[in-house]
This record gives sequence, C-alpha cells and structure tokens, in this order.
Amino acid sequence: MEAILFYTLAAILVLFAVLTVLARNPVRSAVYLISALIAVAGLFLLQKAEFVAAVQILVYVGGIMVLFLFVIMLVSVREVIGQPKTNRQTKTAVVLAAVLCVELVFFLSTGASLFEDAEPGPAVIEQVQTLNTESVGTLPAALRNRLGAPAGGDRRCSGIG
Amino acid sequence: MITPTHYLVLSALVFTIGVVGVLTRRNVIIIFMSIELMLNSVNLNLIAFSDQLNKFGGQVFAIFVITVAAAEAAVGLGIVIALFRNKETVNADEMDLLKW
Repeated sequence: MEAILFYTLAAILVLFAVLTVLARNPVRSAVYLISALIAVAGLFLLQKAEFVAAVQILVYVGGIMVLFLFVIMLVSVREVIGQPKTNRQTKTAVVLAAVLCVELVFFLSTGASLFEDAEPGPAVIEQVQTLNTESVGTLPAALRNRLGAPAGGDRRCSGIG
Repeated sequence: MITPTHYLVLSALVFTIGVVGVLTRRNVIIIFMSIELMLNSVNLNLIAFSDQLNKFGGQVFAIFVITVAAAEAAVGLGIVIALFRNKETVNADEMDLLKW
C-alpha cells in the first residue's frame, strides 16, 4: 500500500515538476508547481510528518504560490508571444543536469547500504502515544531537559560583564 | 518496501529538474519557481531522514527551510517587481546592466 502511494505521488511530482519547467505560460507554470507542492505534501504525510505537510500546504501553496501568482499577474501583461521561452543554454544545461542527476543517483545507489545501516536514534519523545504535531512542538522542551537548562543566576559565560 | 533511498532518488530527480529550469528559462519568475522546486527536494531529503532515524530534527529544519523560502520569495519577487518597473521586462537575458 505504501509503495502504491509512494509511486503515485512520486509520478505526480515528477510530472508536474517537468511541466512547471517546460510550460510556456507562467500562470500555467505556477499552477503546475502548486500541484507538485501538493504532491510533496502527500509524500510528507506518507512519512508520518503531518505537521510539516500541513505547514507546506498552508505556507508554501497558500502563501508563496499565491504571491507568485500575484506577481505574475502584475508583471506578465505585456509578454511578447513570439519570443523563445528558453535561452541559448538549453542543450548545455540539459547535458549538465543529466550528468548531475546520474552522479547523484549513482552515489545514492552505491551508498544506499550505508543509509539502511543507520540505527534509529533513541526516541526523544514517545512517538507512539503523542501525535506528530504535539511531538514537534515539544522538541525544544525535550532538548532543554536533555541538555540541562541553564540556571537563572549563572554568570560563568559572561566574559565582559 | 519503500526505503529512504527511494525518497533520496526522487529528491535528486526533482532537484535536477529544478536545475534545468534555472539554467534554461528566460522568465525570471519561472527561474524562481524552479528554485522553489529545488528547495522542496531538499525538504524531501530532510523528512526522509527524519522518518528513518525517528528524530524530529529533520522536520523542524524542514519548517525552517519553508520559512526561509517564504522570506526569500517575498524579497525576490519584490526585486522582480522593482526591475519590471524600471525595465518593463522580466527577461533574464535583458538584465545586463552590470555587464561590462
């Protein structure tokens, strides 16, 4: 089940990312990017990061992309249709990006065994009982308790006074 | 079985697509949107590792990244509007005032 969801969301994300980069009309590009960001939020949900998924939808899609759309509306009124939408560096850029992608995927594949060997750290907060949002909120308090809260009248660190 | 490596490869793919967008397009706003794609791929990485290691630091840092992206988008789009007010274009090839 997780695999189906992952591959569906990944396909949607890659498809809309490619469409974002290739679209001629900047408004369409923005809408494709909104769809891609919603797919990313779905991927966050799949990894049990509900709070970040909600923040992504609220801030990224609801704030940043709306701002983008406003600016596109302000700025692209007089766009000349006949101009080419890509600059002269297209072939070089695609070749270099393909090299980058191959290199990244190669290193990830050969190093994948290292990632899987990483042991999950000791759970700072009980993840089972609390929900993700509460857990993310209590992270600063848990870290403070773990690292030792500095006492109120501690003057050891003041170098000048 | 979906390992974190799947997410990392997906993130690398999306990052590459963003790089192609930044290097290829002439419209400054679409270059900006490709930068947002790259930031989202980084967020995917962070959340993947946070899920694997059962720690929340990755998620907290991802929230920071989203915040920084919002601030950067606001400032950058302000610059774009200021540029448009002066030059009547958002073509990246025509922003060459600093060229010798």
